[in-house]
Amino acid sequence: MSRYIVRRLGFLLLTLLLTSIIIFTITQLLPGDVARIILGREASDTAIAALRAELGLDRPAPIQYITWLASFIVGDWGESYGTGQAIRPLVLERLGNSLMLAAVTLVISVPISVALGVVAGLREDSVLDHTISIGSLSVVGLPEFVTGLLLIQLFAFRLQLLPANSSIERGASFMEALPMLILPALTATLVLLAYVTRLTRASVIEELRKPYVRTAALKGIPRGRVIRNHVLRNALLPTVTVLAISVGWLISGLIVVENVFNYPGFGRLLTFAIDRRDVPLLQAISLVTVFGFATANLAADLLYAYLNPRIRLS
Amino acid sequence: MSALVEIRDLSVVYRQAGKDLPALRDINLSINYGQTYGLVGESGSGKSTLALALMRYLSDNARITSGSIQVAGEDITHASPQELRQYWLKRVKLVPQNPLPSMNPSLTVMEQMLEALPPTYNRASKQAKDRVLELLAQVNLADPRRVAASYPHQLSGGMQQRVMIAMALAGEPDLLVMDEPTTNLDVTTEATILDLVRDLTQTRNTAVLYVSHSLAVVASLCDRVAVMYAGELVEDAGSHDLYAGPYHPYTQALLDSVPRLGQDKRHAPLRPIRGSLPGLTDLPSGCLFQARCPLAVPACETHPELIQVEASVGTSMRVSRCVRAHEIAAGEVSSRQAEADTAATAPSQVAEILDVDNLDKRFRMPRSWLERLQRQPPKQVHAVDDVSLELATGETLGLVGESGSGKSTLARCLMGLYDPSSGPMDGVMTLASVPLADRAAGRNQDTLKRLQMVFQSSDEALNPYMTVGEALRRPLKRLAGYRGEALEARLQTLLSAVKLPASYLDRLPQQLSGGEKQRVAIARALAADPEVVIFDESVSGLDVSVQAAIVNLLNDLQYDKAYLFISHDLSVVSYLADKVAVMYLGHLMEVGETAAVLKPPYHPYTEALLSAVPRLEAEQDALDANEQEMIRLEGDVPSPLNIPKGCRFHSRCPRMLGDICKTTTPPWQEVNGKRIHCHIPADDLMTMQTNLVLPSEVISSPSAQANEVAS
Repeated sequence: MSRYIVRRLGFLLLTLLLTSIIIFTITQLLPGDVARIILGREASDTAIAALRAELGLDRPAPIQYITWLASFIVGDWGESYGTGQAIRPLVLERLGNSLMLAAVTLVISVPISVALGVVAGLREDSVLDHTISIGSLSVVGLPEFVTGLLLIQLFAFRLQLLPANSSIERGASFMEALPMLILPALTATLVLLAYVTRLTRASVIEELRKPYVRTAALKGIPRGRVIRNHVLRNALLPTVTVLAISVGWLISGLIVVENVFNYPGFGRLLTFAIDRRDVPLLQAISLVTVFGFATANLAADLLYAYLNPRIRLS
Repeated sequence: MSALVEIRDLSVVYRQAGKDLPALRDINLSINYGQTYGLVGESGSGKSTLALALMRYLSDNARITSGSIQVAGEDITHASPQELRQYWLKRVKLVPQNPLPSMNPSLTVMEQMLEALPPTYNRASKQAKDRVLELLAQVNLADPRRVAASYPHQLSGGMQQRVMIAMALAGEPDLLVMDEPTTNLDVTTEATILDLVRDLTQTRNTAVLYVSHSLAVVASLCDRVAVMYAGELVEDAGSHDLYAGPYHPYTQALLDSVPRLGQDKRHAPLRPIRGSLPGLTDLPSGCLFQARCPLAVPACETHPELIQVEASVGTSMRVSRCVRAHEIAAGEVSSRQAEADTAATAPSQVAEILDVDNLDKRFRMPRSWLERLQRQPPKQVHAVDDVSLELATGETLGLVGESGSGKSTLARCLMGLYDPSSGPMDGVMTLASVPLADRAAGRNQDTLKRLQMVFQSSDEALNPYMTVGEALRRPLKRLAGYRGEALEARLQTLLSAVKLPASYLDRLPQQLSGGEKQRVAIARALAADPEVVIFDESVSGLDVSVQAAIVNLLNDLQYDKAYLFISHDLSVVSYLADKVAVMYLGHLMEVGETAAVLKPPYHPYTEALLSAVPRLEAEQDALDANEQEMIRLEGDVPSPLNIPKGCRFHSRCPRMLGDICKTTTPPWQEVNGKRIHCHIPADDLMTMQTNLVLPSEVISSPSAQANEVAS
């Protein structure tokens, strides 16, 4: 097992290295000269050349890549072209916000979707099962901005329970931020819901058909215990994996949700960086995103291997 | 005392595509306390449905339509879920066919065993854990603590089944239902499990319903046997009496379709049962066996009742569902009179065709990058070790051994199915004096045509999207060069040779039964008229009556072809083969003429394999009279990653001589037309192995036995 972990960590580093090259290459290929974007159309050629030299843009690409990566690793992520702010604190602050939203989303979505999936799976082909399947599918069919706006309409304007705008203050405590987190988290939940529910349902149905469930039932133990100790223990394995992977999606994939609710998270920072052609910021965000996805995947695999003795002990 | 189990007029239907299929009809069965009851039938006979109905654990689409099931005085036919839970808890336990999927993969054996203890145990207590270890020891598991701490996948098949039996015993049930518990195990393992069951039923007062397709297994184990056919009970008798004289033509046919150890193809053909099981959708109105029965008379048009027959042999109460049962019992008629079928004939000429010299095959195990950095040589699995064989035209060589003995690897080496990257292969293979390339890709058309193979599972060997015609046309065109009308004519000949109607050309594999698929696979292998055919467990998965038909078919089609017939079933191999090679962990242990291999002195491994073959009670008595000790192999085949030094069989050998077996490779001894790879001098072996009586010597021939019944 320890060997497996070391191997997987090696793969993780390799993934990061490869994607850093890809990110760097793509940002090099972006149209438009950074110096000209910063200085504007009217700037003189000498001023631009001076800025390019200052930014190191006149050196060969591999050198630029290595200096960029090296300084990134030691923690110098540079400054934003657009605002002049240091990138690292900015990215980390937004990342923190996104993680907070992801956490709230998981707290809401995991119990609901797993419970729905288990109930639907245990009563395969019942009215309840069909209601859950059709309900969750029709929700996921709607785009996030529609569900988001509907939720705002209902909870913020009609019922006036929660704020429509989620632009939390810098340095706000979690309890202060919580009311603003609920609506975006609900929106994200609706996206995850159908996926996790259907996966859990299929997995429960598959496990119920396996002969070991018969063995357990024929021991004469109560059905509730058969379900808990035997069926769910195996049926929730794939669900655990999917949830770990969806954390990766939650920290970077909520671009639409964050924009609808004006939430200062990672996704909004990304759209900001794209708008401004803010290359260093874009590179930092991309690399952190890849890192997030890769570690979420790693965590999912390790968790699965740990929970599954057939892998753990081989 | 009244019976433990009383099944009265039980009928069960399966709901399928809006129709009710009558899977069980009017079953009557009673099992006494402590009685071992066998339930025998071929696939589709309804034996498993009956077992599950008795467990009250039928699938959701099954329904009990009439009759009742009483166990220990309680009617459980319509028990509520709560009552059922109590029933499962206290009365009955199931030992299923496949132990691995029947255990929870994520719980240790200890956790699963604790759950099976009666609720009087506090599951967290040391007392409960001790009880589990005690139970594991009772099923002869060598190291109960290690087994208890293991997960199911870490145990061998035999150990898994022992755990399942221990789990069933944990609840101290009155009744054990065992559903083909040894079907997927090696013969040697099967023998030890059957010993265990025999032992347990003698020491405890537990009744057993033992479901099996194998008459021999049931005969060796049970007090009484019920035979099922197409959802009905056709015969029910004490097992000794049943084997001494079956009173239903189906039972007779079933007994005669299995070759006995020592019976051979030159003596008499096997007797398959003609036709096939009627489908449940349109059952005939008369006797269900009528269409396949050699004794059918007009009276069979009416559906027969189970009639009680006065026993001419034995004392047990017995019934048979045949209008002619009294005539059969009186010995006036029998379906067992030898039919005019011819036994296999000797080949017209004998010339060496396939020669294997010192064949050696190793598989490289993958190395980790760390091992690669340290330049460690890759670990190798020595799958085939220095094997030499010869095969002559018209000759059949049987290759036997437990799983993991390298039989299939040898076959695949001959076929050239391994890529060199899998590991090194050494030795010389020649086909008609021409060296064979290591890989099929390196062999020319002519060689491919001359050497063909039939695989174990015709399900996987036939392309599911290719019709029978397409599957057969291909080798006919590519290897044999048939075109146009000649091709179609040859196709018809081929199909009738394997006894399939011409209309089957347009069928897909899924529209065929298991036996029919195997016929197609055989036709495909024979299409280009090969000189050598390798059969790798090609009849193993089939019902006995179908197996008999296929074995006869192979004999009919042999002419001057050489067969290499691989099987774990010694009875079939010894029936079909002229020569037998016994293989263990990649190496040959004994080679020789079949008759010689079946006579002492044996290699101790051959002796163990022969001892493991289940015997009828009468044979068992003969053995006891001879003071023949049964030898059993302990433990599992060692991993081919570290093959024992010296004689590779020494770690399991019940006749080990001493340290010489652990240090020195044994010599080959020539005795009575065979070669034995053992340190023990042949004469000493001979003294130890007094006389292992073969079944065919006890009950000489079926027809002689029928006469015995008559007299």
